[in-house]
Amino acid sequence: MTKPTARDLFPGALEMMILESLRRQPAHGYALVQHIQQRSNNLLQVEEGSLYPALQRLLKASLVKARWGVSSTNRRVRTYQITAFGLRHLEQEISSFERMFEGIALVLKPGESTAT
Amino acid sequence: MNWLPDIFRRRKIYGDLAEEMRLHLEERTEQLISEGMSRKEAEQAARRAFGNSTLLEERSREVWQMPFVESLGTDLKLVFRRLAKSPGFAATVILTLAIGIGANTAVFSVLNSVLFKPLPYPDPEQLVAVHLTAPGAAGLADFSSGLRLSPSMYFTFAEHNRTFQSMGVWIAGIANVTGLAQPHEVHTALITDGVLQTLSVPPYLGRWLLPSDQNPHGAKAVMLGYGYWQRRFGGDRSVIGRSMAIDSQPREIVGVMPQGFRLVNADFDVIAPLAFDRNKQILAGFGFQGIGRLKPGVPITQANADVARMLPIWMDSWSNGPGIDSHFYEKTWRITPALLPLKEEVIGNIGNVLWLVMGTIGVVMLIACTNVANLLLVRADARRQDLAIRAALGARRGRIAWELLLESLSLGVVGGVLGVGIADESLRLLAAIGPANLPRLSEISLDARSIAFTFALSLLSSLLFGAIPALRYAGTTAALGGAGRTASASRERQRGRDLLVVAQVAMALVLLVSAMLMIRTFQALRNVEPGFTQAEHLQTMRTSIPASLVADPRLVTRIQNNIADKLAAIPGVTSVGFASAMPMEGIESNWDGIYFEGKSMTEVAPLRLFKYVAPGFFRTAGTRLIAGRELTWTDIYGLRPVGIISENLARESWGTPSAALGQRFREFPDMPFHEVVGVVQDVRENGVQEKAPAIVYWPSMTEGIYGPHSFDAARTVTFVLRTDRAGTEGLLSEMQQAVWAVNASLPLASVRTMQEIYSQSLARTSFTLVMLGIAGAMASVLGIIGIYGVISYAVSQRTREIGIRLALGEQKGRLKWMFIRSGLVLTGTGVAIGLAAASGLTRLMKSLLFGVSPLDPFTYVSVLIVLAVSAVLASYLPARRAAAVNPVEALRAE
Repeated sequence: MTKPTARDLFPGALEMMILESLRRQPAHGYALVQHIQQRSNNLLQVEEGSLYPALQRLLKASLVKARWGVSSTNRRVRTYQITAFGLRHLEQEISSFERMFEGIALVLKPGESTAT
Repeated sequence: MNWLPDIFRRRKIYGDLAEEMRLHLEERTEQLISEGMSRKEAEQAARRAFGNSTLLEERSREVWQMPFVESLGTDLKLVFRRLAKSPGFAATVILTLAIGIGANTAVFSVLNSVLFKPLPYPDPEQLVAVHLTAPGAAGLADFSSGLRLSPSMYFTFAEHNRTFQSMGVWIAGIANVTGLAQPHEVHTALITDGVLQTLSVPPYLGRWLLPSDQNPHGAKAVMLGYGYWQRRFGGDRSVIGRSMAIDSQPREIVGVMPQGFRLVNADFDVIAPLAFDRNKQILAGFGFQGIGRLKPGVPITQANADVARMLPIWMDSWSNGPGIDSHFYEKTWRITPALLPLKEEVIGNIGNVLWLVMGTIGVVMLIACTNVANLLLVRADARRQDLAIRAALGARRGRIAWELLLESLSLGVVGGVLGVGIADESLRLLAAIGPANLPRLSEISLDARSIAFTFALSLLSSLLFGAIPALRYAGTTAALGGAGRTASASRERQRGRDLLVVAQVAMALVLLVSAMLMIRTFQALRNVEPGFTQAEHLQTMRTSIPASLVADPRLVTRIQNNIADKLAAIPGVTSVGFASAMPMEGIESNWDGIYFEGKSMTEVAPLRLFKYVAPGFFRTAGTRLIAGRELTWTDIYGLRPVGIISENLARESWGTPSAALGQRFREFPDMPFHEVVGVVQDVRENGVQEKAPAIVYWPSMTEGIYGPHSFDAARTVTFVLRTDRAGTEGLLSEMQQAVWAVNASLPLASVRTMQEIYSQSLARTSFTLVMLGIAGAMASVLGIIGIYGVISYAVSQRTREIGIRLALGEQKGRLKWMFIRSGLVLTGTGVAIGLAAASGLTRLMKSLLFGVSPLDPFTYVSVLIVLAVSAVLASYLPARRAAAVNPVEALRAE
């Protein structure tokens, strides 16, 4: 059963959100999920596990790096940290995403575009 | 490329990943417990929120893999494990494919090397054969290669052309070498200046023949072929500058040509200059092959126009004698240039045969593929349940199809690899047999293109036979229900196999018809009277007495007469004769215009083939005398102006053979007329499939025959002996002794039986016949196995139904007939399609047929009968098994 509000993310969206979260502070997988869900007011229904393939892709592309350590709650965790290359990549992605979003928004408001 | 270290890093990456995901679930569970859930509930909720962890882990791992290659590796492992479990099936399929692919690759390599590869000379596209046609020259119709060039044409073309870089003429011949151990015969290539320049292959040792070597009064030079140099001189590099006697004339060795060098299509032992005497040339003498190298970028049409422009220059510059109009070559003969790419000249007409063989072998491959497809169908059928279960569990259609296809591809590739080995061996065998009429034999090899062909063929055929089961069984979900029981075969399943059998029968019919047509051709050729009898009892041998050894023609004739007498004295020899050549021997024919007394002298006389004969030749060879008599030694020694003509010439000129007796003919206006004293049966001079040419036979020694006021004897002659001992070792040595008893410096050459010469002339037909025969036999065996297989599979599938039918009182005869009928229906459909295809396709082999139409009714009817009878047999055997089914056991087996 699919909820009417549920919508697949477009490719790369999850990666972008992970990078943005990691830009604020390094985190492990669980914390990343929490963070994304909170920030989106639970609007995004992301399967928690789907984070991991995305993280592997980012690791492979050297956009993030990972390190085993111990968290503040004394758990063994693998912490991800964004790289300099990841930062640059994120900025490019965000600006291209914003352009796209702007374009979609313009098309979805037909009345205003003809009025101007 | 950093995938290599990836492979070693992967184990750690996967470990990290699994650990990380486990920790994630753990953390979520604990979080939920702290929110008040029980542990069990929390674990379940955590897993739900996480998603399909196995799948996600797989996806995450894939990031680090080359997914295609890795899954291919896994799939292949499975395929080979499955094949290893049914070794019988795997071996059958692989062997079938290996033989099929091997045969195809071998034939393709021949085709590729002979037809496609450029000639082994620099810039081969510039090379042309300078051919002429003369549609108005009567008698020329017997020429197979148009009109050759005369020396005066060579001089004109070489000096006045605007489109050639170089051009020259050459002729192949035979000469005697003396002074080196035993006297022996060598193959010569006599060339003018321009021939070596045209071919542009530098000498291996020493130098080319130079323009100065072409001086008829200058020093005599000669070049050696690599093979002859190795054989006779042991590859000694100091031969340059040494002297050897060719036809008793001392010549200085100036160079050796490299290994593998052939002069157009001729293998030669020595190359000597033609050294034409420019002052003695007339227009005529069209005996030489012309080759030329065009200037870069000049098309053949332009070169043709250039030659057409030079023909009038040639006719104005030379003459055949006072009072003869030079321009009759233009008006009557209508000489026109018809230059050919040199490659076409080299290949000749073998292209037809090779394409036919390629097509045939291709069809056999198709049949083999259908057989394999059939086997795969049965195999896939057996796996139906397994496949259905997998489909039900969610395997995608494409995934199952891919797996079935991968099995076929693996079989195809393994078969292909073995096929290359088979092809390599076959080519080695072919080179060892060395069929004489296959041009460019030494160039045949498995090259990159052949390997690419094999690879493409393997893939293509696997796709072909693999696609059928893959398409059919990829989506079998419905089969789950009744698949476990031996229900009656579903119509749909049977139809696939039926189609394959119909295709096989159709293809087998086409091949059988082609093979049968070749058999009929062969029969027709065997029934042609060649102009000699009992070829297996005729022993032939050539010898030559050059002018430099014995100048006097009378003495030459005396020596030849003595040899004939000595040979006749050998025990078991019943008669002996000699002539300038035996029929079909492949010796260059002599042609010239022959004038008959009383016929118009203003016109140019038609060209006739002429030979020189000695007394007893026709009697020995078995050539029937139609009218008059043979020549006698008195005719020869007395230089009597007599001669013999062939029956067709007599009929053409005077209506009946007897009317020709007493008529007179001559070659040159100033030679005495010769009287026809005999008319002999027509002889298939150029092979049985060629029309018998009109022939004039001169006495072996005549006045005025080698040009005006000359007097000479035929110096190179073929002796023919009629004896039961023909072809035996003992006879050969006695012949040698007989010849050497007369003159010890005479070589014996071309010692063969007439049967060998005759078979050689049939070589192309018999080669085609054997190839088609093998292909046809393979095809029909495969087709019949196909029918048998389908019917017996149907029987085994329907055992239960048969049991019920029998239990209900069906008669065994009717039951048998039911199965035979379905076999016949398949055969009938295949035959109908095959007939349509054969009537179209056999038209393509028309040029290979002789005395039989491509639609020969006997052929079609006999093939039909053979196929029908075998089809009945092939379906009767399983049908009998069906009738023998015990109803009780058939039903209890469930």
